[in-house]
Amino acid sequence: MTVCYARRYAHLVTMPASSPTAPPAPPPAAPSALADATASDAALRRFLHGLPGVDAVGLEARAAQLGTRSIKTTAKAYAIDLAISMIDLTTLEGADTPGKVRALCAKGVNPDPTDRTVPKVAAICVYPDMVATAKEALAAAGGQDVKVASVATAFPSGRAELDVKLADTRDAVAAGADEIDMVIDRGAFLSGRYMKVFEEIRAVKQACARPGGEDAHLKVIFENGELSTYDNIRRASWLAMLAGADVIKTSTGKVAVNATPANTLVMLEAVRDFRAATGTRIGVKPAGGIRTTKDAIKYLVMVNEVLGDDWLHPDWFRFGASSLLNDLLMQRQKLTTGRYSGPDYVTVD
Amino acid sequence: MSEQSGNPGGAARTRLGVLKTYKLFVGGKFPRSESGRVYEVTDTRGNWLANAPLASRKDARDAVVAARKAFGGWSGATAYNRGQILYRIAEMLEGRREQFTAEVAAAEGLSKAKAAARVDAAVDRWVWYAGWSDKIAQVAGGANPVAGPYFNLSTPEPTGVVAVLAPQESSLLGLVSVLAPVIVSGNTAVVVASERAPLPALSLAEVLATSDLPGGVVNVLSGRTAEIAAPLAAHQDVNAIDLAGADADLAKELETAAADNLKRVLRPADGGSAASDWSTDPGVKRMLAFVETKTVWHPVGV
Repeated sequence: MTVCYARRYAHLVTMPASSPTAPPAPPPAAPSALADATASDAALRRFLHGLPGVDAVGLEARAAQLGTRSIKTTAKAYAIDLAISMIDLTTLEGADTPGKVRALCAKGVNPDPTDRTVPKVAAICVYPDMVATAKEALAAAGGQDVKVASVATAFPSGRAELDVKLADTRDAVAAGADEIDMVIDRGAFLSGRYMKVFEEIRAVKQACARPGGEDAHLKVIFENGELSTYDNIRRASWLAMLAGADVIKTSTGKVAVNATPANTLVMLEAVRDFRAATGTRIGVKPAGGIRTTKDAIKYLVMVNEVLGDDWLHPDWFRFGASSLLNDLLMQRQKLTTGRYSGPDYVTVD
Repeated sequence: MSEQSGNPGGAARTRLGVLKTYKLFVGGKFPRSESGRVYEVTDTRGNWLANAPLASRKDARDAVVAARKAFGGWSGATAYNRGQILYRIAEMLEGRREQFTAEVAAAEGLSKAKAAARVDAAVDRWVWYAGWSDKIAQVAGGANPVAGPYFNLSTPEPTGVVAVLAPQESSLLGLVSVLAPVIVSGNTAVVVASERAPLPALSLAEVLATSDLPGGVVNVLSGRTAEIAAPLAAHQDVNAIDLAGADADLAKELETAAADNLKRVLRPADGGSAASDWSTDPGVKRMLAFVETKTVWHPVGV
């Protein structure tokens, strides 16, 4: 048993003598403890496939069990405000207009016009061509601290050449995006070309650099619904974290299966293990399908249980959502007034 | 096995009783109370009849959500269609006359003949209101003469989600007399059944569920009227409340709470027929209490 184990990890501590597919880029930026894992395509594959498999039944049971916690009164009020401050308020429609983006920005800065104690959302998430509009609108509404996140790299499918994806990213960064949400090439990932995905993330990370300013944060979207197994989600998480992602994100919100408690739990555990191995903190963003306060609180419970309360901050955990905000506001109104609120008292987006 | 087949159709074997589990009716489904509570329902002499769900404020909230969801489809349905569905309810109720007669007799302490008369009256009331669905607009609306080159047309429109506190004494006829006028014009309803005698209302839900009435148009809750009515009266997404089943003190309290979002309120005394006698001609008062007049101006000759 021990021998097997040693042989399995031997490649991690010995550089291969010669590797035909060695990356041409400068030495990997991955933390030194895991540097060898990304030394070559073969090494990366061995590392990712050497990750322990996910116990799907146990994982789903754990996620379901964490969803049964009862969060009431003051704890609920805290959770609602925290969840509002973690929202990436999102509009990613073909029909987006500058007017709609401006309205969304105004809502993000001041979610409930009847109650100024409601916190601002964390960010507004738009397509690259709307970044400038969003920036302007946020500044005008007094929300300079609300970030602008832009999807990029041929979102949502990711089916384009690397230079197109990089140009897309640079455009968004130049327009002032504080955060870039990139999609991985699922075709390459599923066919086992991990190094291609790895290098693409590295290249996009470099394109996020902003000379003379703060670099844009990079969020990497896996599209869990298309990765089909929990093992793949764990591998994708490690791959993205090794490649330099600042945040890992579940999905685009454009396919049938989006964020679920179970697939988010896999990512949270990967982030926990990555921190233990390297000391680097990575953020997590579930996106799509989170519509109710109850769901949002389940995710917060999960974060607290898996990663601890220092992750309960908009810098480290986000919700990609649009309709969630209205439900949070209605619940908040119920807590402050004691009366049930209704959809007539929040905006229609 | 052999024991069962040994004596087919022979001397009466003691059957195990099959007791009915009465449940709420919310969004077209029959859930138990979210709180898991029940309370004992007795006949007028104090004999136990069944356990009924004791609904909580969260059941009320869920019922309002269901009613709001159903409002678009029900208010958008043609008056003709709504009338047919109400008539269908009458047909279904007629088919279960025996069951309702027994339940009403037990609930209200009536003789079988009197209870049967009440059930018949309830069936007739559905038929009567079914006929009104495509006529109320002619009675309450119309073309208004205006000093200008315009057609000016007023039509009654449903007000939205209506909370209905069913009469406490008349468990079926009273309930139908307050429920039918609410839904016939296109409103959706959250009904709080009579606290002491909720069983006919909960059985009526089974009739509604098999009458092509879209789920959520009528939601039936049973429990303590004061406990369920308070959150409904204060609910910001309820547009009107009928206080038929509230006593004077409760009615005052609920009317105060309802003022907060300017709900339409129908007081017990305003209900038309005297509260104790639901057998008289109801008139159109209850229907008109839950419609709002929409007026449209249209240029002439264009």
